[in-house]
Amino acid sequence: MRTYPMRIKLNGEWQSVDVTARETLLEVLREKLGAKDVKSGCAKGDCGACAVLLDGKAVNACLTLALQADGKEVVTLKGIGTEVNPHPLQKSFVAHGAIQCGFCTPGMIVTAKALLDRNPRPGREAIRRAISGNLCRCTGYKKIIDAIQNVSPQDDS
Amino acid sequence: MSDIKLVGRLFSGDYKIIGKPMPRHDAWDKAFGKTQYADDFTLPGMLYGKVLRSRYPAAHILSIDTRDAEQLAGVEAVMTAKDVPNNETVTRFGQTHEVGGFEGMYRVLADKKVRFMGEGVALVAAKTRELAEEAIKRIRVEYEPLPGVFDPMEAMKPESFQVGEGESNVVCRYQVRKGDVEKGFAKSDVVIENTYRVPFVDHAYLEPESGVAWVDENGVVTIRVGTQIIEHFRGVAEVLGLSHNKVRVIGAMMGGGFGGKEDITVETYLALLAWKTKKPVKMTYTREESIACHGKRHPYVMTYRTGATKDGKLKALEADLISDAGAYVYLSPWVLLYSTVDATGPYDIPHVKVDAATVLTNNTFTSAFRGFGAPQVCFAYESQMDELAARLNLSPLEIRKKNYLKKDKALATGRVLDHHVAFPETAEKAMAALGEPSKPRSSAEKTGRGIASSMTSYGRLVFLHDTSRSFVGMEMDGSLMVRCGVQDLGAGQASSLAQIAAEVLGVPMEDVSVYIADSALTPLAGTTTATRQLYMSGNATLKAAMEVRKNLLDKAGEMLEAKPDELEIADRKISVTDDPTRTVSTARVVKACASAGIPLHHMAQFNAPSRELLDFKTGQGQVFPDFTFGTHAAEVSVDVETGQVSVLRLISCYDVGQSINRLSVEGQLEGGTVQGMGYGLMEHVILEKGVTLTPSLAEFVIPTAVDTPDVETLILESGDGIGPFGAKGIGEPSLVSAAPAVASAVCDAIGTRICELPLTPERVMKAVKGI
Repeated sequence: MRTYPMRIKLNGEWQSVDVTARETLLEVLREKLGAKDVKSGCAKGDCGACAVLLDGKAVNACLTLALQADGKEVVTLKGIGTEVNPHPLQKSFVAHGAIQCGFCTPGMIVTAKALLDRNPRPGREAIRRAISGNLCRCTGYKKIIDAIQNVSPQDDS
Repeated sequence: MSDIKLVGRLFSGDYKIIGKPMPRHDAWDKAFGKTQYADDFTLPGMLYGKVLRSRYPAAHILSIDTRDAEQLAGVEAVMTAKDVPNNETVTRFGQTHEVGGFEGMYRVLADKKVRFMGEGVALVAAKTRELAEEAIKRIRVEYEPLPGVFDPMEAMKPESFQVGEGESNVVCRYQVRKGDVEKGFAKSDVVIENTYRVPFVDHAYLEPESGVAWVDENGVVTIRVGTQIIEHFRGVAEVLGLSHNKVRVIGAMMGGGFGGKEDITVETYLALLAWKTKKPVKMTYTREESIACHGKRHPYVMTYRTGATKDGKLKALEADLISDAGAYVYLSPWVLLYSTVDATGPYDIPHVKVDAATVLTNNTFTSAFRGFGAPQVCFAYESQMDELAARLNLSPLEIRKKNYLKKDKALATGRVLDHHVAFPETAEKAMAALGEPSKPRSSAEKTGRGIASSMTSYGRLVFLHDTSRSFVGMEMDGSLMVRCGVQDLGAGQASSLAQIAAEVLGVPMEDVSVYIADSALTPLAGTTTATRQLYMSGNATLKAAMEVRKNLLDKAGEMLEAKPDELEIADRKISVTDDPTRTVSTARVVKACASAGIPLHHMAQFNAPSRELLDFKTGQGQVFPDFTFGTHAAEVSVDVETGQVSVLRLISCYDVGQSINRLSVEGQLEGGTVQGMGYGLMEHVILEKGVTLTPSLAEFVIPTAVDTPDVETLILESGDGIGPFGAKGIGEPSLVSAAPAVASAVCDAIGTRICELPLTPERVMKAVKGI
């Protein structure tokens, strides 16, 4: 199958990769660029586990063709914060017990980051709406909402 | 011999780590995206496996032609039933103790006949996922479709279509007999009778079934897989015709399990393909495969008749339970046994008659799902209680309080409850927490509230003689190592063991490393099912840690010139309790032990209390080790113009015995409640003549954040469980009474009872309009 060269800025570093016209951003991130922190839960836009920031906006990577991300910036969970420099959301998810199996966590934190970027002080209902495309089967959502609402203000990025 | 004497409070009660809210030991890795789930793992030269699945729910296979697939470049293996060394195995529900009469035939790949739509017919392994998919398309299977049977009531009839080959569609029957129900009904002033129905439900864990297998340098077939049971290595070995020690299963961190990763998923397929190709192979189910082809929660039809005197005392209960086992037996007999024992709920009833059957059909097979037969009957018996209350002009709380079981009372099976029974307090507290009723927000809205209680077992059936093992060792610097075969499905199974070892040996959590779930390298700890791991492996870890502690305290006693029972161990040091100036670092004591040849590690085995088989004719005997008691309360708002239900409040009140990690306990209660709410209101895998009509998460819907209120948890700690430090299990119990509580609240709002889950807007509208 014919492939096309493309470039994306993944978590701050420009990467070149050859993709087919049919490949999704999710497939390319996980299988060709090694971004295993992006999870695949349904591959058709129902669960939100593969959410990434595409030029700052949260999208489902499984519903985005890889070529749509050509020349753009993609941020995954690992681009939001690391062990050396954890993001306040990561600290808050850990502190509030918002992580159980952890499979929805990458998409949840990415979606929460996009929310806080446009609304630094969201109420619980705004948080519920923002994460309504991210399914979680373990927590019942309460501790996730607690974690997003109570990101410590001095930590706000 | 049982080790139950270990149980109970070991210390004066001032725990440093037990019962505290704290992040789990693995939370940071998950927050940084470092955890390697099954599909995140890759090996060089890895192939991709794929399953060809049956297009019919019932058909004869006339021929399979794999030549086109085999000729495709990049395809390295194509396998059908004839290539599987032992394609038919008998699954036995016993880990260490053989039990007769509960065996079900399990077929790796369909042979001559397919029994459900999506049954595995052939396997391929190819260099890429796309090639594997292409190869699947090139396999030609000639089917002769058969009529099939899709309704368990039909399937029970002697003249019905036969799902299997030569055996009855009725897999098994149980009964419980206590007193004389006809006498009981004669003494009743009110008798309520109704038939209740509950649907197929999918686990919908976010992580689909997945694994990677390879043959290692010693010729051992090694499978790294998301599973609740690494001990399936034995079953896989039998399929391959290998000895048990030639198959190794490594359990990856799971993205949820809920019982759905209890049966074998991809393990056998992967082992066959890796064995044949001698290359690593990965297989990950699509979401559609996960929903349509793997085990579901059992649908039940439950006919209940309950009688009470006019002052609300229960006199008699008669229940007839029929469950749809789907196309293969799997765990259906066991799920049914749980339902049979739980059929009377947490109530003291003098006359009881329960009859139960599970029946094969050509639907997707059904098996374990959080609650394991308890949620189905809870909806039925709690609906009966509400109907009785309404007829007798009693409140739902009043009628329950008149009938709750108490300590020293017996279940209908004769089992005497010998530990604290948290009724009526869980019900009173849950109801009180609802506070003042909410007001409807518009004239189209009606509000209502309801409660439901349950008792749910934790720990496996007592005639299975359950055991678990755990290893605790202290390193030379005083840090701790726990090795235990526990599988972690995301509920914090491994982290609780770290907490227990840290408490007993006086180190902070960050000093503990935990290695889990490797059938070759970690002591086998049994299944992560039946809400048994904290109870079983928690006790094993406690026992092992206590042995190490004893050695440390003996040596420290010599060093501090004190008796061992005058010492305490905390914060990495050992001190004389009454004279804290006399203290020594634990690391120094460790070195002293090492020079003296005193062991610093111990592997302990915990044996659960066990009994012989119950009497299946009367249902009399002990079935479960212990129970967890609790109550849900709910308040809902119903839009009577659309049938839409909004859940305004959800309260969960449970006696957990003793919290090990407060955050984890709250997490279980909150998550279980919301999963139960989904069961009550929206979750329904719809099958029509064996075809799954809801194969994705767009059709099989589960609660999202906007459907879900903040669950309020009320945690009671009686200290009277049989787990470590007096803990009880909470994983499964936390779900059981949530759906009935929500259903009860909906019925209270609209004034009509709906006897079938889920309470979709359509069903609510029909009830409102009296259709």
